[in-house]
This record gives sequence, structure tokens and C-alpha cells, in this order.
Amino acid sequence: MTRKKKVTATVISQKQIAEQIYDLWLETKLAKNAHPGQFVGVYPHGESMLLPRPISICEADKARNRLRLVYRVAGKGTAEFAACKAGDQLEILGVLGNGFPVDKAKGKRVFLMGGGIGIPPMLELAKAMDDKKQILLGYRNKDLFLEEDLAKYGDVYVATEDGSVGTKGNVMDIIRAYSLHADMIMACGPMPMLRAIKQYAAEKGIEAYISLEERMACGVGACLGCVCRTTEKDAHSHVNNARICTEGPVFEAREVDI
Amino acid sequence: MNTEVKIAGVTFKNPVMAASGTFGSGMEYGDFVDLNRLGAVVTKGVANVPWEGNPTPRVAEVYGGMLNAIGLQNPGIDVFMERDLAFLQKYDTNVIVNVCGKTVEDYLEVVERLADTSAAMLEINVSCPNVKEGAIAFGQKADSLYNITSQIKKKAKQPVIMKLSPNVTDITEMARAAEAAGADALSMINTITGMKIDIHRKKFVLANKTGGMSGPAVKPVAVRMVYQTAQAVKIPIIGMGGIASGEDAVEFLLAGATAVAVGAMNFVNPCATVEVLEGIEAYMRQYGIEHVTELIGAVE
Repeated sequence: MTRKKKVTATVISQKQIAEQIYDLWLETKLAKNAHPGQFVGVYPHGESMLLPRPISICEADKARNRLRLVYRVAGKGTAEFAACKAGDQLEILGVLGNGFPVDKAKGKRVFLMGGGIGIPPMLELAKAMDDKKQILLGYRNKDLFLEEDLAKYGDVYVATEDGSVGTKGNVMDIIRAYSLHADMIMACGPMPMLRAIKQYAAEKGIEAYISLEERMACGVGACLGCVCRTTEKDAHSHVNNARICTEGPVFEAREVDI
Repeated sequence: MNTEVKIAGVTFKNPVMAASGTFGSGMEYGDFVDLNRLGAVVTKGVANVPWEGNPTPRVAEVYGGMLNAIGLQNPGIDVFMERDLAFLQKYDTNVIVNVCGKTVEDYLEVVERLADTSAAMLEINVSCPNVKEGAIAFGQKADSLYNITSQIKKKAKQPVIMKLSPNVTDITEMARAAEAAGADALSMINTITGMKIDIHRKKFVLANKTGGMSGPAVKPVAVRMVYQTAQAVKIPIIGMGGIASGEDAVEFLLAGATAVAVGAMNFVNPCATVEVLEGIEAYMRQYGIEHVTELIGAVE
């Protein structure tokens, strides 16, 4: 594992790409060690806000030391990030978490499934996987984002909750609508989507790697704030809880009780 | 310049510790901090058997601080001794083991198991606000606190620190009870019970509804309690509550603490412990203070 660091990153550019969704490029050496599915903790400047906000890595340009973060404004901290302009600085902690097991996908037909703000990590993952993949994306409405970026790396299928674009419904409805098949799933998205994927993978007898989210404090495995229930005793905690920031955020669906 | 302090016969190279529950067993902060530089690492609370802790969400940010309701999740004393204590033993820092339990017998079992280990001191957690049984139940009534302290003192081979709760009417009454029962030192303050409500969902943010508040916003409360307690007892105090800088630490020392612990701020700045130490040293240089002990209780 690479050493975690807290560093100052410089904003290269930022733009809003959908309602509440921002696309931020940062210059930081942390990019060198980034693996798909990992995340960074971004610190607000305001002294009343203390804790780093966990944000997934959307792209890592290792050659130019750049990280792309695509995030949703969910509160005061992320609203502060959204106001950042080129040249501004942000303190970030990273790189954190385990990431997706890219090697396990070699030679397999893989679904990459992203729902809402779970879509961004799928981009770096898609770039890292050489084999053919089917990319299933779920949005609330026609306010899409990152679908064009992702289309460069595989066959993209879109679902929207209101049916305004693509299949009406969610990513599971795409599978049914197009009779798609895969040997493995890699996914990130809201809990109901991840539960449906866990069930689907169990029915099909395939592996599914899902990225979980929880309220976090330290981000480095010390505070035990961000745990998820595990089906077996976790090797670190010796109870049925694993730290999402450290053992996760990516878990094989069978390992977690969600 | 001399930063050494002594608590109950144990020598600390400097008065800066990592507070229990905010630093794991040191391992998690090894990327950021040279553990050899710390006066002590106070470990996450450990019980006789593994504890699952509370459901999530377990943490929430509040203005200038945070709430936690971890519920003392821990792997139990066996794993702790084999893995965590063995890891910390490799470093030139004192290890203070935080002990928790649901019953007096639970505490005593852990205390006895630790008797012949490298733990330099024991910190008894009678102040966690997030578990239903044990912990704070022993720390909010003077007679219960007296009882558990004296029972632990009978069994403990290491000096005993009682970690006090601020969630009481009169902290000095608790401090006096612990002292009378033979406690060697006090740690204070544990977190202040708080609550946060998500007004959009009309739900409690924490699954446990309440959580312990820590962080810079609690510091004035902690400094006041350390000062009051230092006036009331003779045993040394380890002060904590929102310490983020050397200046904050000096405030606690002036109020009467012999040492300080950095807690929630580890989450904000993973190098906080070492920076607090450097800040104390800078203050000593600035005011020509030869020995850090000159600061203890020196508020006029």
C-alpha cells in the first residue's frame, strides 16, 4: 500500500456539468498512486467545518499529476468546493481505500454500473480495463453527465428514472431491456441499486464488486465511524463490521450485509 | 529546554498524547506521525470480548466539532494484546491502554490481562456516552465511580487513570471520588453528549440519536473543567477537549493539566499530535521557559 498523505492541491479548472454536479481537476502528486475506485478526503476551508469530505476519483492523469473529481453539492462543505476557481488551493488527504480489483476482471465480460453520483469512479475504472465492457448508467432525468467520456471505453446504456432518456427505470431495467449478460459486475451507486445488484449477482452466480458509502470522520481507519455490516467476521475488527475507508470502499457483494 | 513530565511515577518524554478512540492503536497514523515523538499513545477502548459497536451513521459534523456514537467497537483483549499492543511495543513511547466494560467484572478481567504487558498505564473509560451498559453508568455517580475505581486499584499492576465525563453537575465531586478511591491520575474530558437532527428528513443524523461531541468547540468547557478539578484534587490531570495547536495545549497546562491529549483534531490534521508538541516547544522558546512543568497550573 502506498503511503497516505495530506497535501495541498491546486485547482486547475472547475465547471458545473449537471444540476448540483461539479467537475473539478486538481494538480497533485497524489494522482501518481491513484487506483480506480479509490477516493480522497477534501477539506473545507471554513474552520467551523472540520472533517474531510470523501470524494471518489473520477480520473487520474498520472503523467501530469492531475486528479479529476466529479462530485455532488450535498452541503456547506461541498458548496465551498463548488465555488473554487483555477488557482485556488484545497487540502486533500489521500489516496484512500482499496479500489476495484481490476486484475480480477481480465478476460471477463464485465458490467460497469454507476448510479447518480456513483458514476464518476466508473470512468477511471473503464480506462483501466482493457477487455470489452458494458457500461450501464442510471440517472434521475435527462440531466446526464460523464456519459460521453464513458462512451470512449465501452458500450454505454443509459436509464433515467423519469424515462426522458434511454430505458425508463434504473440500471437493472437496462439489463432486462437489452437482455445483457456479464461474468462480473463492478458498481457504485445508491444503496437500493447496490442491493439489487447483490441479489442479481447471487442469482446469476457471478462476482459483484460494489463500492459503499458512509459518513466518515478520519478516512484512515482509526475512528471506526464508517463501518458496514459484513457476513463473516472481519479480519481487522474481529466483529461483523468492516471499515469502508480502509477495507473498502469496494467489497465483493457476498461479503457485506447491506 | 526540557519537555519531560511524570505522572504516577511514569516518565513521559513530552506531555503530548494521542487521545483514546481517535488514533486507533497508532498503526493508522504511522503514515503521518513518527510515533516515537509522542509522549504516549492512548489506545482505543478495549473490552474483555469483542464489541460490535453501534449501527451507522456513527459520526456527524457539527459547528466547530463533531459527534460520534461508535459504541466502543473493539476486537477484544486477546486480539488487542496480540496485534495492537505488540505493534506499539516497538516504539519508544508510553502505551496507555483504555479499558472499557459493561460490568465491573469486565473491567477487572481486562485490567488483570494487562498486568504483565508493556502497558505503562491504564485509562479506565467510565465516561463513554454511547453505550447502554457500563461505561458512563459508572462515571456519573460519585459512589459508583468510587466503587469501580477502588476495585480496579486492587487488581491493577499499572497506575490507574480514571477518564471523567463532563456530563455531570459537578465534575469536582467525581474527581474527588476517584482520588479518594486511589486513582493515580485523571483524564478529562470525555465527549459532551449532543444531538443533531436532519431537518429535511426530520430524522436524527446518528443512528444512536445522541453522540459525544468533541473538537475545538468544546475546548472552553474542557479548560474550565480541568481548572476546577486541578483546584479540587492533588492527582495529576491529563487534559483534552478540542486541542488543535500548541497554544491550545498550553491553555490546558496553565489550567492545571500535567499532560494533554489530542483527539478529534487527528481527523482534521493527521499530524496534529506532533504539531501540538512543536507548538508547545515554540511557546517555551518564546517565553524562555526551561521546563514544561513550570507551566502546569501557572494561570494567575
